[in-house]
Amino acid sequence: MRHVLMVGLAAALAAAPWLTASAQTEDEINAEFEKFRAVLEQDNPAELWEVKGEGLWKTPRGPKNASLEKCDLGLGPGVVKGAYAQMPRYFADVDRVMDAEARIVHCMITLQGFKYEDLAKAPFSSATRTPDPVSIVTYVAAQSAGMKLAPSQSHPKEKEAYALGKEIFFFRGGPWDFSCASCHGLEGKKRIRTQLLPNFADPATAIAAVQAWPGYRMTGGVMHSLQWRLSDCFRQQRLPKPDYASETLSLLMTYLTVNASGHVYKGPGIKR
Amino acid sequence: MKLKTLALLAGGATVLASCATGPGGTHREAVRLMQRDFKPVGIAGMDRLKQDELQAACNKYNNDPPKEAADKLQKAQYATVKWPADGKLLGNWKEGEKIAQRGRGMAWNDKPGKTSRGEPNGGSCYNCHQIGPATTSFGTIGPSLYQFGKLRGYGQDIQRYAYAKIYNAKAYVACSEMPRFGHSGTLTEQQMKDLAALLMDPASPVNQ
Repeated sequence: MRHVLMVGLAAALAAAPWLTASAQTEDEINAEFEKFRAVLEQDNPAELWEVKGEGLWKTPRGPKNASLEKCDLGLGPGVVKGAYAQMPRYFADVDRVMDAEARIVHCMITLQGFKYEDLAKAPFSSATRTPDPVSIVTYVAAQSAGMKLAPSQSHPKEKEAYALGKEIFFFRGGPWDFSCASCHGLEGKKRIRTQLLPNFADPATAIAAVQAWPGYRMTGGVMHSLQWRLSDCFRQQRLPKPDYASETLSLLMTYLTVNASGHVYKGPGIKR
Repeated sequence: MKLKTLALLAGGATVLASCATGPGGTHREAVRLMQRDFKPVGIAGMDRLKQDELQAACNKYNNDPPKEAADKLQKAQYATVKWPADGKLLGNWKEGEKIAQRGRGMAWNDKPGKTSRGEPNGGSCYNCHQIGPATTSFGTIGPSLYQFGKLRGYGQDIQRYAYAKIYNAKAYVACSEMPRFGHSGTLTEQQMKDLAALLMDPASPVNQ
């Protein structure tokens, strides 16, 4: 698999339009990238973390030496199939809406005895280390591949979460006055540099916010989840840093995922 | 007395509850949660989550304020522009081009006035604008600035417009998505002069 990946990378880089000085149109550049992505998706490296995550889910671990097989992702204890496509959702035991990774972290704390402080210390992947919740959420997400996104909006707290998430999405702050919508609430096919900016406030294009996450990111060659992506968006907005697995991030994910409702989720993917 | 206090408390609770359900209340609750859930990192302090008058107004009006409110906001923003003491508005376009290309600065790992790599802050201009003809990897969030001076003329009024727009974009469009580079302390006076020169110097590639 590594080998296939390397060959794919070499072939794609040889033709990489962004390394040549020729003036190609942006559509051509995007088409080339999509070809590159298609080659990689035939053998998606995300599967490595999916397998690792499945092992972590089923193995007794932590101070309480328990597996996560009693973790309730919203469809009952231990039910993983289809759970990711229906999150974020309200959980009565914590009286708030949680996204998949926040829920996994909650289960690791309550069932296995891990400490939030330890999990939140370095929660994102590097070239040499992938935190366990990232592998686990990759496994959980893969069990919803091919399903329509259907985050619940029946509980009053779920409706409230959508409204609050919308406020967070449009909140303008920081030295540059940016909101999430500064880049991802624009009409028309706008770009930042050559990167197309899908409008996440528009149900027709909001799927781009959640599709292919968790994703194998070619920049750095690491596995990342939506927790990382949204945190990095706030860095680029020049705001302070959101706590890992915090309610604020669950609320924002609720807004994004509900907007994308009805679209088919393809499972863990590949990102630029 | 006790009854009165209870009645006051009940009244207060009703007001709070109704605030939390109204549109302004949802905004306030979202801000409260963000202030609770965010932590400062380096130069990115918690003050960055406190909206100033302009940011709050743009949220309130969904970035489309009525004309009267927009005029008032723009006037106040224009008043923040600090003009160069030496009266010169144009610097070196070659330096301006570097600042326009650079997109770093002001984030978690950056330093005051500098990027994490020790370079001066960038203006991120090409992220959103077409500018010089040699760069085809430009963004399209803002209008094209190619031939900025050639199309508008090289006069003092346009020079002032270019400088002030870079210093505080909201002086002209209240809820523009363009940052206020001078007002926010992102760019120095010299850097803004260099950017103005990139747009306004007849010798700049922008105007060829």
